[in-house]
Amino acid sequence: MNDALPHYVSPEPFDPGAIEAMTPAQERFYMASQWRMMWWKLKRHRLAVISGAVLLAMYVSILFSEFLAPYALRTRHVDFIFAPPQAIHFFHDGHLVGPFVHGYDYRLDMHNLQRVYSENTDVVQPLRFFCHGERYFFWGLWESDLHFVCPAKNGQFFLLGTDRLGRDMLSRILYGARISLTVGLIGVAISFTLGLFFGGIAGYYGGWVDMFIQRMIEVIQSFPHLPLWMALSAILPVTWSPLLVYFGITLILGMIEWTHLGRAVRSKLLALREEDFATAAMLMGASPRRIIARHLLPSFMSHLIATATLSVPSMILGETALSFLGLGLRPPITSWGVLLSEAQNINVVALYPWLMLPVLPVIIMVLAFNFLGDGLRDAADPYH
Amino acid sequence: MFGYIVHRLLIMIPTLIVISIVIFTIIQLPPGDYFSTYVAELQSQGEAVDLQKIAFLKAQYGFDKPVWQQYLYWVVGLLHGDMGYSFEYNLPVRDIVGDKLLLTFVVSFATVVFTYLVAFPIGIYSATHQYSWSDHTLTFLGFLGLATPNFLLALVLLYIANVYFGISIGGLMDPRYLDEPWSWGKVVSVLQHLWIPVVVIGLAGTAGMIRRLRANLLDELHKQYVVTARAKGLPPFRALMKYPLRMALNPFISDIGSLLPHIISGAAVVSVVMSLPTTGPMLLDALRSQDMYLAGSFLMFLAFLSVIGVFLSDLALAALDPRIRLRGGVTR
Repeated sequence: MNDALPHYVSPEPFDPGAIEAMTPAQERFYMASQWRMMWWKLKRHRLAVISGAVLLAMYVSILFSEFLAPYALRTRHVDFIFAPPQAIHFFHDGHLVGPFVHGYDYRLDMHNLQRVYSENTDVVQPLRFFCHGERYFFWGLWESDLHFVCPAKNGQFFLLGTDRLGRDMLSRILYGARISLTVGLIGVAISFTLGLFFGGIAGYYGGWVDMFIQRMIEVIQSFPHLPLWMALSAILPVTWSPLLVYFGITLILGMIEWTHLGRAVRSKLLALREEDFATAAMLMGASPRRIIARHLLPSFMSHLIATATLSVPSMILGETALSFLGLGLRPPITSWGVLLSEAQNINVVALYPWLMLPVLPVIIMVLAFNFLGDGLRDAADPYH
Repeated sequence: MFGYIVHRLLIMIPTLIVISIVIFTIIQLPPGDYFSTYVAELQSQGEAVDLQKIAFLKAQYGFDKPVWQQYLYWVVGLLHGDMGYSFEYNLPVRDIVGDKLLLTFVVSFATVVFTYLVAFPIGIYSATHQYSWSDHTLTFLGFLGLATPNFLLALVLLYIANVYFGISIGGLMDPRYLDEPWSWGKVVSVLQHLWIPVVVIGLAGTAGMIRRLRANLLDELHKQYVVTARAKGLPPFRALMKYPLRMALNPFISDIGSLLPHIISGAAVVSVVMSLPTTGPMLLDALRSQDMYLAGSFLMFLAFLSVIGVFLSDLALAALDPRIRLRGGVTR
């Protein structure tokens, strides 16, 4: 206990504000905007970030479907009907050849009346990258024949097999993403608008308006969605063009899914309109529209985005189920649901299981949207 | 409690009226009606059409009346237990729907039981073992159950059941029992076929319920009274069962309301895939051929079932939770 600290006086000039002043790092943290803090919090949720990256990659891919797909959407290979998926190999006879596939040997089994394909390990068909293959119109605008990957000259490349018309499944899945991924987005845009509108007026005005909208939401939610979707999509006239049907289906999906958002908006508004800043705005004579849109909405926008993200998957699954039943999108349009409707009977599971592969992107996307939505919901309140 | 029941019953009436209007609008919306479709079909096949008979039928079913009158006929009929007449089958709707409804009930009930039996232990386990490997695995499996389109799962399970267990494909019983009276063998056969639709339909609801139970139980477990109970030396199992679990049970009851629409939706798709003799495929056909009374009355029945489900779950909730009973409103 003898070795007390030596007497010490700092020679530096005394700065009375030193305690209050912040280091640049602290300043960055305390002065950060709400969105920046959300981003920091989201970054810590690793699963959500990965999911976000996966979704981003999927959405970017639909911009370049023509380039990424080895074949066009409707190219038929009549010699390769129900061909099984080809595996990619790297070594042939102990030498590194780079990525290549083996050719098919084809035999018609007359006993079972079945096409039998087997790998011919003698035939080596190296894949080509950034190559010239089948011609296409990029976005219907200009012609090109550049592909990311093509089969060898006079060879085939069916990574995920072919369907009953000999069309390449990989290409069809890549093109189908265009429809399936946008159905959810457009549907959410519609339900977002509806939810904001109805939830907004219910939460702001309260009283009988609120009562009425609450009942309406209850009615819609108490009703089984799928039979309602089925009934509504049975209304769409058969004479409509596939594009119109597509918009009709997204409208139907959005019209029923808005209730969750409407509820979220309403309960948040009910809590927020009692806050001081809302009263202040009201006393200063701001119109209800201005108070809702300018003062109340921004303060819970983040919650809304999270809720919207979580409602995308149910729309995608809804589209898939409707198309599968033949009530949704119809074949000239290719979505994952339309592709899956080819896998409708038990023979497919037994004989051509690769026709069920479009379910993989569906599962991945639904999972990714769920994880991202969970992460966003946690990050939506960064002050906790 | 009595006032609460009356209050809830009174709310149901406007709800059902709105639902019936919505359904009638939906089934009226497609251009044309069953008869015009039917006549066009007959003419395209070059068959003679007895226009007089058609006109008679149209008049009999009030197709020449204004829409609101047709709606009143339909609703009044429903109130009398008359669900209308199916043009497609040439039978009263009640006769067609009757035995299918029984099977729908059986499948739905079995699904609810399955959902509870699975969700309950798993939810408790993952809440008490938060962030353990098994919790992560179970949560992920739950998500997977939510994400897989159930019609495809139904196909795969059917295939597995057929190849590995030798159970006949499709239907709710072995074909040889179809027209036989109920016997022990028939019951066993139904049970053998029932598990696939029950698992498939129940999976999505189970996953959701596991997540909610886990979240609720975690909220409770972090409260101070639990800490106190454990500090006083209450065995962990009793400390879990005595209060936190009871508190976390509310969603189990209130969820019946949201579970039923899910189950009916799921059953509609899955039964089409598995050609179950339930009502899903019938609804699909009726919607396609604009057999409006069959489709409308059946949709109305589904809505009624869900509304009753919500009502019962609210009652059970009120019986369990005095906060709801005394305030006269539902807190969720």
